[in-house]
Amino acid sequence: MRPFSYQHPRSTMAALALAAQHVARPGEARRPAPARYLAGGTNLLDLMKIGVDHPATLIDIAALRQEHGRIEADESGLSLGALVRMAEAAEHPAVLRDYPAIAQSLQLAASQQLRNMATLGGNVLQRTRCNYFRDPSWPACNKRMPGSGCAAMQGVNRRLAVLGVSEHCIAHYPGDFANVLAAFGAELDLLAPDGTARRIPFEELHRLPGGTPHIETNLQPGELITGFRVPAGPWTRRSLYLKIRDRDSYDFAQASAVVGLDLQDGVVREARIGLGGLVAKPWRAHAAEAALNGQRLDRAVAEAAAAAAFQDAVTHGENAFKPELGRRTLVRALLQAAAMEA
Amino acid sequence: MPDGTHTTIGQPAIRIDGRAKVTGMARYASDEVVANPAHAFLVTSAIARGRVRGFRLEAARAVPGVLDILTHENVGGEAEKPQPMSGGDTTTTLESDRIWHDGQIIALVLAESFEAAREAAHKVEVDYEAETPAASFGSPGAEEEVREAGEHKDYKLGDAAAAFAAAEVKVDARYGTPTQHHNPIELYTTTCEWRGGKLTVYESSQFVYGLRASLAKQLRMDPGDIHVVSRFVGGAFGSRGGITARTAWVAVAARRLNRPVRLVPTRDQGFTIVTYRAETRHHIQLGATRDGRLTALRHEGWEVTSRPSQYNVSGTETTARIYACPNILTKVNIVHADRNTPGFMRAPPETPYMFALETAMDELAVSLGMDPVELRRVNEPERDPATGKPFSSRSLMPCFDQGAERFGWKRRNPSPGAMREGEWLVGWGCAAAAYPANIGPAACRVTLTAEGRARVQIAAHDIGTGAYTAIAITAADRLGLELGQVLVELGGTELPAAGLAAGSSHTAGICNAVAKACEGVRQRLAQAAVTSNEGKLAGLDPASLTLSAGALRGPGGAAEALPKALARAAPGALEVYAENIPQGLPPESIGKVYQGQMAMSRGHSREDATTYTFGAQFVEVRVHELTREIRVPRAVGAFAAGTIVNPLTAYSQYMGGMIWGIGAALHEATEIDPHAARYVNDNIAEYLIPVNADVRSIEVIMVPEQDSQVNPLGIKGIGEIGIVGMNAAISNAVWHATGRRIRELPIRIEDLL
Repeated sequence: MRPFSYQHPRSTMAALALAAQHVARPGEARRPAPARYLAGGTNLLDLMKIGVDHPATLIDIAALRQEHGRIEADESGLSLGALVRMAEAAEHPAVLRDYPAIAQSLQLAASQQLRNMATLGGNVLQRTRCNYFRDPSWPACNKRMPGSGCAAMQGVNRRLAVLGVSEHCIAHYPGDFANVLAAFGAELDLLAPDGTARRIPFEELHRLPGGTPHIETNLQPGELITGFRVPAGPWTRRSLYLKIRDRDSYDFAQASAVVGLDLQDGVVREARIGLGGLVAKPWRAHAAEAALNGQRLDRAVAEAAAAAAFQDAVTHGENAFKPELGRRTLVRALLQAAAMEA
Repeated sequence: MPDGTHTTIGQPAIRIDGRAKVTGMARYASDEVVANPAHAFLVTSAIARGRVRGFRLEAARAVPGVLDILTHENVGGEAEKPQPMSGGDTTTTLESDRIWHDGQIIALVLAESFEAAREAAHKVEVDYEAETPAASFGSPGAEEEVREAGEHKDYKLGDAAAAFAAAEVKVDARYGTPTQHHNPIELYTTTCEWRGGKLTVYESSQFVYGLRASLAKQLRMDPGDIHVVSRFVGGAFGSRGGITARTAWVAVAARRLNRPVRLVPTRDQGFTIVTYRAETRHHIQLGATRDGRLTALRHEGWEVTSRPSQYNVSGTETTARIYACPNILTKVNIVHADRNTPGFMRAPPETPYMFALETAMDELAVSLGMDPVELRRVNEPERDPATGKPFSSRSLMPCFDQGAERFGWKRRNPSPGAMREGEWLVGWGCAAAAYPANIGPAACRVTLTAEGRARVQIAAHDIGTGAYTAIAITAADRLGLELGQVLVELGGTELPAAGLAAGSSHTAGICNAVAKACEGVRQRLAQAAVTSNEGKLAGLDPASLTLSAGALRGPGGAAEALPKALARAAPGALEVYAENIPQGLPPESIGKVYQGQMAMSRGHSREDATTYTFGAQFVEVRVHELTREIRVPRAVGAFAAGTIVNPLTAYSQYMGGMIWGIGAALHEATEIDPHAARYVNDNIAEYLIPVNADVRSIEVIMVPEQDSQVNPLGIKGIGEIGIVGMNAAISNAVWHATGRRIRELPIRIEDLL
């Protein structure tokens, strides 16, 4: 097998110190061998086995669950530690009651076995399922090998993205939970290898592919995700996650929608809309929100919002159906959310 | 039951090998213990057409633990390509530098560990001389030819073109089905071990004698020097029917290293190193009178295969004989592309071809304003319409009637889109299922021991179907024993030969052979008893004696316990070897099985009768009014297949076929890159099959049927028919829900937006 070193630090500070060894210092010419934090391993180990990711060092952060494995909820919002398991969050009473879209996005993802292993921090960093990326025998993949081209554009791309794509990459972000975080305006807590903490909007975690699809996030080298903060709002309680897929379980979304509504007498005071399954990164549909705010939510308004959400969609052959499916998914989710008891 | 005397045949029995399987005691091929094996990892081509110009192996050889790397350059002459069970020639692997398809085996890396072999395989660098490949139908460079009659027949009755032109009501439509892969849970492993000049091969197989024969030819050996072992099979569905290229190279590797070699290929390699269900296209023309009687049936098919192979399934051999029609014309074309050679997959001909016919029949019912079940009734033939021969038995309409009753078909509103539940459109569809009742020759050895136990030895294959149990049931039934008193040995060329476990022929073939050997036991015991000077059975007619409940019994209640009867016939153990040659096959056909050749009596080519199994399938689908995802809340299948040896495993097998049908119609498709001619979703995360959530209510009705003509035990075979009608029943239900007629599978969300 391909050799790599495996570290299992007992504390956050120890983990960061290990990561720091793999970060190039200013002015240092030597490029250190890459390290990765290992949490649930449900994506990273796969990518290593299929030869897509080749970390020289794995820093297993399982022992950090003491520090970053808690779920806390109060009136102001929800705090989720990065090492909370997907299943734990999906089954937590406060999440189920006050953030149904979060619970549903997790329940509808993967399988129970995977949800028991996978962590929230790892889940948001799940990488694309584009088969041209995941099989190194394909010579053209700008995400895997910058500048090599994109075989997916003329190829099998039914599952790939139509929002946020570039002429260099149409890979989709395959996850569910992250779309809710984006829609709800969540924030992300980070720790740099030198111990510096920062909090950024979750929407700023992932990057659009643009001309550099191989750079997927704005994380600094060695930076560790420690948790998520989701501010409470009227829209978090009246919220849902609708996932449309080919089979009824254990399948990635062909299209999905997050809807959170602050609704008074049928009028939208504030809407939070996210999209998934056909997006290049976790997606908040600001244009759709703008089309809804202040409107009486009926079918026509829902359709107008859905049209706004997909006005910039770009398709490539097989995935030409996805804007229409995405619009319908959002309309269905909006009408369903409007009918919720909240 | 033909003679009404069965005790264990027809009674539900749990699998006699079930405990071994669920406790891990069952040894699958790669579980077999060999001393100090080396591990092989395959290197497969990353292009679909061209040549290997050369390899750069330094980095791979430098991986610690690497022992050897096999390529066409060092071992190309040591083996010949395999002989497929059907379709003639096939592609090469290490015999030359030629690349015929994506994922072709081009090298084997041998190492001390699996991990080292894999790592080194990733470091093998290949220089290709690539050519532009043709992926499938319509690709530039794909070559189409008419399939000549030979292995398969064409039918021309009356003047179908004129009758179609003159028909009062017509259907004229084209249909398509995708590439599909079996993906059995057990990977395509092979382990080879040499001792002196003799070779033992551990490989999951549906035909151990066939595997041995082809391998002997490939390695230029005496077949008697090869022992093939396949005790348990972790799913096959046709994928282990014929030998594929890997086996010989593992044998060559083991010979070079002078050490056992084990190959465990990866899941994605399984998409290209064995066979698959090829994509098909169909053109169907149906003509009918206003009252629904068919006047014309034309069915033309197109099937993809590899460049050198003629493999095709020609399901027109079935679609020509479902309905009464005076004017029938069938034709099949094959399209050669830069692909691996396809092969058997559950109901190989019927799954695609009956999808086309049974969807067309539904379209005809709609055009006629007629209930689809009634349309089938109107066209029920008295004899095989293609040949005029009688059917040995045919229960299509009893299946339709019992299935319709259970399903509640009479409550169906025939208008499309008329049935709803909340936001979901509800559709009900049905289709006929049919599959030939085939049977092959088989040999068997039954030994009755002094303790009154039986040992049955036969080189049959339990591919998950319950063959171990069916054999035990048959032997217990015929010998008057309890199930637990029968020991069954299967799956090895040291045993008496049985044929290919495919074509729903195996249970009929092997159980009739077992019954024949048991009859030999009974005769020996009876002869000894009646010719004895003492005992209650002395002097009786030996033909009147039967074995039941642990005793040899005569007509008036006279009985002798089995140990006593046995002691009289044989002081130690009584061993009977028997060969069963099915009706219509020549005596030498059992010799062909020993030689590893196909020797099957097929339901559509018997002299005395057409023998077919029939069924009817009913499906409810739900389609969301907005987002159009399709779900299947319930399905009912009714089947009549003669004698059912074990209703418990039969139910499972029918149900499994129906579940697969849900996948085939809605989920399964191997996606191929149109430019590179390479499979893209070669994993079971994206090659979708139904999960539990997709399978809600599946009901199976076993319609009673007796058929004493098909074979002595009246067994027609059930392995394939469960899938046959599902594609069309689902597509017909989708039409009923939405008014959209989808003629290409799988039916997906985007087809209904």
